[in-house]
Amino acid sequence: MDILFIHLLNALLYASVLFLIAGGLSLIYGVMRIVNLAHGNLYAFGAYVSAWAVGRAMAMSGAEGAPGAPSTALMLAILPAGAVAAAAVGAVLEPTLLRPFYKRAEEYQLLVTFGLLMIIDDVIRFIWGPYPLSASALFENFGSVTIGDAIYPTYNFLVIAVGGLAAVFLWAFIYKTRFGVVLRATSQDMRMSSALGVNVNRVYVQAFTLGCLMAGLGGAIIVPSQSAVLGMGVDALILSFIVVVVGGLGSLEGALLGALIVGVVREAGIALFPEIELAVLYLIAALVLLVRPAGLFGRA
Amino acid sequence: MTLLETRGLVKQFGEFRAVDGVDFRVQEGEVLALIGSNGAGKTTLVNLISGLLRADAGQIVFRGADVTGQSVHERIAAGIARSFQLVNLFDQLSALDNVALAIFSRQKKTRKLLSLAEADRPVWQEAFEILATFGMDGKARVLAGGLSQGERKLLDVAIAYALKPKLLFLDEPTSGVSTREKAPIMDTISSIVRSERISAAIIEHDMDVVFSYSDRIVAMHQGAILADGTPDQIRRDERVLTTLIGTPEKT
Amino acid sequence: MNTVTVALEHRSPVRTLGWAIPALVILIALPWVADQYQTILLAYGLVMGIAALGFNLLLGYTGLLSFGHSAYFGVGAYTVALMVKYLNVTSMELFLAGAMVACVLVTAVFGFACVRYTRIFFGILTMALSQVLWSLAFKFFWVTGGTDGLRVPTPTLLGFVTGKADKIAFLATAYYYYVLGVFILCVALMWVIVNSPFGRALQAIRDNEVRAAFVGIQIRKYRWVAFLVSGVFTGLAGALWVPLNGLTTPDIMHWTFSGEIVFMTVLGGFRSFTGPIIGAIVFNYLKTYAVGYTVYWQLLLGVVLVVLVLSLPTGIVGTADRLRARLRAR
Repeated sequence: MDILFIHLLNALLYASVLFLIAGGLSLIYGVMRIVNLAHGNLYAFGAYVSAWAVGRAMAMSGAEGAPGAPSTALMLAILPAGAVAAAAVGAVLEPTLLRPFYKRAEEYQLLVTFGLLMIIDDVIRFIWGPYPLSASALFENFGSVTIGDAIYPTYNFLVIAVGGLAAVFLWAFIYKTRFGVVLRATSQDMRMSSALGVNVNRVYVQAFTLGCLMAGLGGAIIVPSQSAVLGMGVDALILSFIVVVVGGLGSLEGALLGALIVGVVREAGIALFPEIELAVLYLIAALVLLVRPAGLFGRA
Repeated sequence: MTLLETRGLVKQFGEFRAVDGVDFRVQEGEVLALIGSNGAGKTTLVNLISGLLRADAGQIVFRGADVTGQSVHERIAAGIARSFQLVNLFDQLSALDNVALAIFSRQKKTRKLLSLAEADRPVWQEAFEILATFGMDGKARVLAGGLSQGERKLLDVAIAYALKPKLLFLDEPTSGVSTREKAPIMDTISSIVRSERISAAIIEHDMDVVFSYSDRIVAMHQGAILADGTPDQIRRDERVLTTLIGTPEKT
Repeated sequence: MNTVTVALEHRSPVRTLGWAIPALVILIALPWVADQYQTILLAYGLVMGIAALGFNLLLGYTGLLSFGHSAYFGVGAYTVALMVKYLNVTSMELFLAGAMVACVLVTAVFGFACVRYTRIFFGILTMALSQVLWSLAFKFFWVTGGTDGLRVPTPTLLGFVTGKADKIAFLATAYYYYVLGVFILCVALMWVIVNSPFGRALQAIRDNEVRAAFVGIQIRKYRWVAFLVSGVFTGLAGALWVPLNGLTTPDIMHWTFSGEIVFMTVLGGFRSFTGPIIGAIVFNYLKTYAVGYTVYWQLLLGVVLVVLVLSLPTGIVGTADRLRARLRAR
């Protein structure tokens, strides 16, 4: 029974991160109808920046005389740096490199975001080198709780909490605030919104930044638990693709449901058949696509 | 003989019933006009019959066979073709190329990977002849995107015609065309269709066109058939007069 | 008949041949005038030209952008390597046949999954599938040699030409001509395909999917066949590549290699027939000479790709055509 609970927690952990990444991807698509192939690398970028920031915090605390005892609170405060960095990159990218392509054939959009994917990949390698970067000190500082016979890292609860909070916050933001109304209106009918006086360009850059913030946050919160490694971006991209395939592209509820399903399936797969985990996920995606090509909630 | 029959055809978009239990019939060899105010369901009906949309309920029977579940290309093979309200052509190709493509497709030659398209003289000859029938042989080499609106409309019909259909749906063949050009276009279409004994259903808003060129008129309103009869009958039908000339009831 | 002839005349093949003949002369004469290194380098370029040619059937002619073509290149290459490892095959013809069969199988399955979707999903799905193959190449290391890969000796060409004596000389002469021969065949074959009724149907699907459907073309089926043909050409390139390289490793199935194929096609110009070939050859030289300068090869590629798409979307060939037209107008 406890083992089951731990599996459930792991599934939720994975789902939290996936929700953030896939939700960001879906949000951007929902508002702007573009799929940013570099989205996964923004998650990776967020992870690297956060790991680096936490590392700096550690170094600074260490330098102040308390040997190897960096403040947990400090590290936690620094952690979202990755999210902010990713958001900043997004805010710069959208008006400069993406906007010229909205009116052009879709292939060009895909090509330019693919180019970005390659650029960010190498920028990460350039700044941080080919070795994994970790923020495990923060992870360890949280200690662990005992669940039945097993011990479970406390930090993971934080990740799950952040994921849950993000879902709630986003829901409130999109459905209860004025900006959310503007966002939804623009996503439904860009021209009409523009005719009604909405500054569509501004909405676009804000939506894109928010999406990148989410991806970066996903990277930021997971990095204490697993190090930032090269290649994590593309893996995340493909996984978030599976999430939106299951849940539907363009829908936040879909991203949440899809993330939960993928999280549970992956955990079940690892527990039962450790070797074929990835294959099981692709199989699920294929089955969903066969039955409902637009995903469970998606818009065509 | 009944060429096409729909039974209880329904199409819903959310709460809105665009086509609401329509029993529509086309007889062999006739040219009928489908009229109704915007939103009456005419284009949706044609979309359902031509296969662009899947019906939510009801049946479509064409030449005795149930085609309700068939795909677009199966219906085309069976003999249903259509033109589009918003002209839908291969703008980067010449008029000749547009028609030739339809012929290649009809003759199932599009399966051939290893022969040059240009080597197939008979296809190009036929394409050229079709353009000539529609009075467009002079524009054979012009890119479809560069033709006038009237020519584009005609080309759209020519492509559908090249599929050698038994039943041709024309969705507003004269919309966007100047009044001067309307009669020549309709004359061309009408004579071709009648001489080849192709049955045609024409969606039209221009009442002059409707009364001049059709054998029968079907009036739709709010997703259902309001009236069905000869031009004279329809001209006198009160329901038609109120809905199409008065203010249509808002849903 | 006269007017039909007139209508067709502007598409005469004479103009295309105008370029082909001098190019062919240069290609044939190369081993006599250039050193072995240059010849082998060009052989690589020709091989990538075949890969890009295949790739562009999907992109340029059918309008489908695949980010996973490295998978088929890899299937071609690994089929050769596995034929050596398990079946002791040495005949190049058998290698090519084997590679083609393997590619037909893989593309048939992958294509069936992928062509049901719109452009975005298509792109990512192709990428995902190629990553699956890449990870399988790692996982089943006892079969594929894992990161070390598999070695492939020089093959026997046409049953009797072998490279036993001097490998480099073999590659620079006999093998080069073999590659050139296959290259010419592939170019000719692809040219026929894109100018066939099938090719026209593909372009119709690319330009106006709805209209193509309403002309009676079965969209999905045609895309699937295009996917198959495209994959087989790229797989053939992979098979030709392995003896040149002597070794096949999993990185040729990684998405970064797919990216290179995309890049070289866009570089050359994906809206033309010869664009991908020119792009592949130019890219091959670029890569060989630039890789020596920087480790951040991907960064360079990415930046150039973005610049290309922003300002020179028609690539080398397209831009050259435009310049020529402008010069002529003067």
